[in-house]
Amino acid sequence: MTSPHHRPRHDRPRFTWAGLVLGARRVSVLLPGIIVFAVAFGAAASAKGLTLFETLLMSGVVYAGVSQLVAMELWRPEWTFGAIAGVAFVTMTVNARLILQGASLQPWLSRYRKRQNALTLLFLTDANWLIGTRYHAEGGRDASVVLGAGLWLWIFWVGFTVPGYLLGAMVSDPKRYGIDMVMPIFFAAMIVPLWRGAKAARPWVVAGIVALVAAKLIDGYAFIVIGALSGALTGALLDDA
Amino acid sequence: MTPDLGSWGAILAILAMGLASYLCRISGVVLMGYVPLTPAVRRGLAALPGSIVVATVLPLIERLGLAAGVALAAAMTTMAIRRSELLALAIGMATIAGARALGF
Repeated sequence: MTSPHHRPRHDRPRFTWAGLVLGARRVSVLLPGIIVFAVAFGAAASAKGLTLFETLLMSGVVYAGVSQLVAMELWRPEWTFGAIAGVAFVTMTVNARLILQGASLQPWLSRYRKRQNALTLLFLTDANWLIGTRYHAEGGRDASVVLGAGLWLWIFWVGFTVPGYLLGAMVSDPKRYGIDMVMPIFFAAMIVPLWRGAKAARPWVVAGIVALVAAKLIDGYAFIVIGALSGALTGALLDDA
Repeated sequence: MTPDLGSWGAILAILAMGLASYLCRISGVVLMGYVPLTPAVRRGLAALPGSIVVATVLPLIERLGLAAGVALAAAMTTMAIRRSELLALAIGMATIAGARALGF
């Protein structure tokens, strides 16, 4: 078997328009949720005194809703280098789940060029990871689906930050509209297409139990990474797959 | 002595957050590029997506309460019957809205 890194140039897959469109279409069920979340973030940012430019810049380059809302809790009028390092560190802990999501995509993405993956991963987020994982589990192999879904959501995420910023405090509480539940519901629904029988689900049980315990013991979002790693380790150690 | 970052402070903080997020996005793929795909690693990776989903959702039920748990169960049941994300999302959201309106 040749290493994927040494495939001849013409053997590398290209992004396809059909894949981009398929990704955008599949992720569209999440648009109402993303729009309301974007509006809520825009409102929180204006309440914290960010300029509209800063708010759009954050939605555009960070593109990770929960970490952006957590950053609003830490926002301050004056910044030191220490405070900047602090907010970057907190962002990393909240988004550490993306490290594992990326790892799970690696065998698929390794067929693509580095710069293609650098672009796809720029737009990696929970929603298009789930869309891509389901698509791959069903036999799909076109990574444009991940990119298309991520790009499509990004446009709405950045665009709808503006009305939220302008409407302000009227719309700043995501919980009031049940929007805090959109991603959890989407995650839960995704267990169904990932189901491959009780035996294959044994690592998930370990992941769930460890995550529950970790959530009790540690503040923040570390429970996701700790639980998921325990599940993967269990899967690696269980012999019969 | 601390340098006065002025209005650049917020911009720098945002760019630092963006860099931190991008590092998270790429590092899983980059690191796994150096790990040989032995059968054990393959099994671990196969177990990873479901483990991420379960590890994300279960503690949220714990934190968000019983209504959230019922909504997630409703969404999963819908998905199992109809295989439609849209319908699962709609039923889940309706359940949580109803449960919260009733004061759960």
